[in-house]
Amino acid sequence: MIAPSAYLLLSAILFGIGVVGVVARKNILIILMSVELMLNGVNVAFVAAGSYLGDTAGGVFAFMVMTVAAAEAAVGLALLIALYRLKETIDITELRVLKW
Amino acid sequence: MEAVLFILFGAIAVCGAIMVVTRKSPMASALYLILTLFAVAALFVLRQAHFLAAIQVIIYAGAVVVLFVFVIMLINVPEDRLPVERATTTRVLGILAAGFFILESAVLARRFYMPTGPATAVGTVEAVGRALFTDYLLAFEVTSVLLLAAVIGAIALAKRKI
Repeated sequence: MIAPSAYLLLSAILFGIGVVGVVARKNILIILMSVELMLNGVNVAFVAAGSYLGDTAGGVFAFMVMTVAAAEAAVGLALLIALYRLKETIDITELRVLKW
Repeated sequence: MEAVLFILFGAIAVCGAIMVVTRKSPMASALYLILTLFAVAALFVLRQAHFLAAIQVIIYAGAVVVLFVFVIMLINVPEDRLPVERATTTRVLGILAAGFFILESAVLARRFYMPTGPATAVGTVEAVGRALFTDYLLAFEVTSVLLLAAVIGAIALAKRKI
């Protein structure tokens, strides 16, 4: 039998790797994929907690997170296409119009 | 048996995730992302969350990653114009912070009490469907507005001339 903490730890590891991808990479595509990894890590925690506690809310929340992830990917990639058309780059450090 | 499968798919998920953030080419990252998502779907099956495992494969591995692959091929950045990754102070500190977060969660997860036991069937199609259409009906319906907003936003942003 697996302890619930094992699932929570796995969820934290996936989330942490996603955080590394977001803060350490320059490629916007990979940053967006890392955000998906973070959301997936959270889903592992939701599903595990739901099934250990016997509450359907875990599954329903994971479902909502997936919806948000799909919406976020669609809008994020649309932004990326608009950006690439304008700047011809996918390097996040070159985008500093709003940075003073 | 469950422990063996958990360790196997957990290891695949973590290795795939590490590959996603370390590959230079975005296409390789996208393919490793699919690997991770499939491994996580297998973990959902271990917790009797069959509905979510199916949704994970269809929506994530099917739709979201295909969208990523589509965009990678559409903008098609040449190899030599991919951003060069350098280890600046901010980045190293960010990685250290993420490592600290994992350690902290490991400590917290051991203290957090949850009853250990076999998976209860709360993630099956029947259980999730019943919950979605009774207790969480409003949230479920509002989700459709979110998706509509995302569709309109994506088209408005990516279209040259509206």
